[in-house]
Amino acid sequence: MTSLANAFTLIAIGGGALLFLAGTLGLLRFPDTLSRLHALSKADNLGLGLIVLGLLPHAETFTGGLKLVCVWLLAQISAATASQLIAGVLYRRKPRP
Amino acid sequence: MADPFTGAALFILTVTALGLFKVLRSEIAVERMMAVQLLGTGGVAAVLLLGAASRSPAMTDVALLLMLLAAVSCAAFTSGQSSLGADASEQAEDEA
Repeated sequence: MTSLANAFTLIAIGGGALLFLAGTLGLLRFPDTLSRLHALSKADNLGLGLIVLGLLPHAETFTGGLKLVCVWLLAQISAATASQLIAGVLYRRKPRP
Repeated sequence: MADPFTGAALFILTVTALGLFKVLRSEIAVERMMAVQLLGTGGVAAVLLLGAASRSPAMTDVALLLMLLAAVSCAAFTSGQSSLGADASEQAEDEA
């Protein structure tokens, strides 16, 4: 049974790491600041979600696992609001079309 | 079981450092601000992985705090910028 959990953990963490790579490559490659912001916050968050998912079976206590999920939720909310705020600043700075 | 965790954490740190290098070099202030977001997420992932590798549950609190600081600094930056930008855009609206 534990080998199944370990296999699941390895796959999830590998996926998360790959998503981080994709997010950063997106950050490097995209031409426009807004699309970079998009790549940055979306891919990294999903990568973090997969990593948290992979770490869940290894959390010692139930509250430890709950705290892991809270970290991911906070990451989701803060990335969403921060991206909205930054995009707002960008939109106001651009000359109105 | 710990070494894949540390391996993944190191990989994520190098990837984040690569992204940081690019973001911090750009002259647009907003892009530099995204470095905080990138560092926040990448740092949290690395801290969580290292915490799981070293079997110390306290690292989850460190990750929680790091995520909070990244969010607060982003909000602080944008609120500072928007008050600056607001005056400029309000003048634009007055003229328009």
